[in-house]
Amino acid sequence: MKRLLTALFITCLAIMLAVPAMAANTIKIGFNIPLTGDIPEVGEGSKNAAEMYLADINGAGGLDVGGKKYMLEFIYMDNEAKAESAVNAALKLIEQEEVVAIIGPNSSKQAVPAGGTCNDNRVPMISPWSTNPDTTKDRPWVFRAAFLDPFQGPVVADFAAKKFGAKTAAVLFDISNDYSKGLAEIFKSSWEAKGLGPVVAFESHGTKDQDFSAQLTSIIAAKPDFIFVPDNYNQVALIIPQARDLGYKGPFMGSDSWGTPDLIKLCGEQCFGQYFSTHYAAAGAKGATKVFIDRYMEKYGSEPADYAALTWDSIGLLVEGIKNAGKVESSPRKMRQAIRDGLAAIKSFDGITGSSKFDAQGDPIKCAVVVNISDTGKFVFEQSVCP
Amino acid sequence: MDFIIQNILNALQWGSFYALIALGYTLVYGVLRLINFAHGDIFMVGAYISFFVAGFLLGPIVGLSPAMTFVVTVPLTMFLTSLVGVTLERIAYRPLRRKGAHRLYVVITALMCGLILEYSNLAVLGASRLKFPELIEKQIWNIGGITLTNLKVLVIVTAILVFLFLQWVVIKTRVGMAMRAISYDKFAIPLMGIPIDTIIVFTFVLGSGFAGLAGLLFAMSYPVLEPFMGMLIGWKAFIAAVVGGIGDIKGAFVGGFLLGFIEVGVVTVFPSTYRDLFAFTILLIILWMKPTGLFGMPQSTKI
Repeated sequence: MKRLLTALFITCLAIMLAVPAMAANTIKIGFNIPLTGDIPEVGEGSKNAAEMYLADINGAGGLDVGGKKYMLEFIYMDNEAKAESAVNAALKLIEQEEVVAIIGPNSSKQAVPAGGTCNDNRVPMISPWSTNPDTTKDRPWVFRAAFLDPFQGPVVADFAAKKFGAKTAAVLFDISNDYSKGLAEIFKSSWEAKGLGPVVAFESHGTKDQDFSAQLTSIIAAKPDFIFVPDNYNQVALIIPQARDLGYKGPFMGSDSWGTPDLIKLCGEQCFGQYFSTHYAAAGAKGATKVFIDRYMEKYGSEPADYAALTWDSIGLLVEGIKNAGKVESSPRKMRQAIRDGLAAIKSFDGITGSSKFDAQGDPIKCAVVVNISDTGKFVFEQSVCP
Repeated sequence: MDFIIQNILNALQWGSFYALIALGYTLVYGVLRLINFAHGDIFMVGAYISFFVAGFLLGPIVGLSPAMTFVVTVPLTMFLTSLVGVTLERIAYRPLRRKGAHRLYVVITALMCGLILEYSNLAVLGASRLKFPELIEKQIWNIGGITLTNLKVLVIVTAILVFLFLQWVVIKTRVGMAMRAISYDKFAIPLMGIPIDTIIVFTFVLGSGFAGLAGLLFAMSYPVLEPFMGMLIGWKAFIAAVVGGIGDIKGAFVGGFLLGFIEVGVVTVFPSTYRDLFAFTILLIILWMKPTGLFGMPQSTKI
């Protein structure tokens, strides 16, 4: 028995040592995504898009870097949609898997802390979906594919003022979520800067909350013209029906975290007719975007949400960065440095979520769209807002 | 004034769920002196069972109307959830009791059972959330600035009825007398010819059955289901039961509503970050002044 165990142990050890040695002609890229937890749909969409990209590259014989073909290897690590797990997942990808770059985490709640980890460990990271400024701020190793909340906040405020003719606004946000809290504060200051009227209620809740009646009662008592809810889709699906139960009849306005097919599954008719700002609208897309959407639909049977499209663009950015690096170093540390420099050299990028230019902070400057949830539960393009 | 009454109604609804779950904790504790930490997860399983039962009854094979579905789902969910509770008792707690294990080990087993329920749900159904169908047509009543729905009224009335029923069972019936007797002296009772195992199974049937009912009502009020929905609410209900005086039916009922009122009250006045801080500070002060809880009796050995 003891001998058997020793033999097993040695075999395991041998495999563990052999694996990195075998992977000489591959480029290892880590994915730090929420496959379980509060927003599993987001991790699933990201993984789907990544698998599609991987099949494209490896199907064509690999990625051409400096005249030589390299296979890509994607490693998916679940961050459970938690901040602390995202840091652990990043460390695991860096130390155990020795990846040369990391895509994700998606939401700012995980991307802000994981960005710090990647920056400290000098590993390039691209967050597809994070819109909070802190994710990339003063972090030369961290990049992103999405626009920022200081841009999204005014977009929402302008749209609501015009569309609803609103004078007063209310906000309900998740105080333990960096994304939600940051966007709520930016929205508040940009609404007040417009001078139409005050933000009459600014209420918060926790991530695991299911009952919002106390906050909504306060909001409704303040009689706002509309309620801004920069929350994850699972909470939106509880908040809107509860507000209707308490007698609120006005409109809601959402942010890019609303844009998942699961919103319609969980919220149903109660969400129809509402508006939210996001990165792209699948309905009515053209060109490369349409090709991507059609291929994704064919493969997975559902429309790709914005995070799937942004993951696709993030991989595109990373590939561009690797090509800019010009050659593949065998040491992961040198390779990471080369990729970072390659990424920093990108000045503009045409992706399926629109074209973007990059500023000094490594943040893209790109357009946002406002989407209406139609009476059949489709996300219909309403208007595009460019900086 | 409207504002205050509206929030009282909100607190009554939220407190009803705490009360319903706390009643299950207190029943099992009252009889076995066992803190059944899996109770919050039995509540979760109850919500999922009601989801599948309702889905099946609404589906093309049976095709009942939503209202009929509700009428059938209530007893069926309670029955199936009580089976889960009894199974747990049978495979986890009874063997340990037979071997004369210390109560501490049984409590740890209960915690583990809860985690097993959560993660087996995650493994089988995945992390994606489920949407509970609408069973009773929602009516929103507006009475002088105060809005309430028929569902809210149903939840509050159910919590009160369940409390009265359990109080009646424990105090007025022969089974209730046996339950109290086991709690009093577990070793002398079999000598009196009382089938101890049957009474314990009956206790679990009651506790889990009402957890199932709570799960169904919760799923109807907050129609987004996930595997960990029972964890936090279960712990909080447990604390409510302790503050009320665990082992006492009245205590669980009052404790549940007390916690509901404190939580809603704090959120109305302060930002929500302070809710748990204030709620548990208040509960701590209550326990500090009365360590046995509001209605609890002093006991020589407790966990």
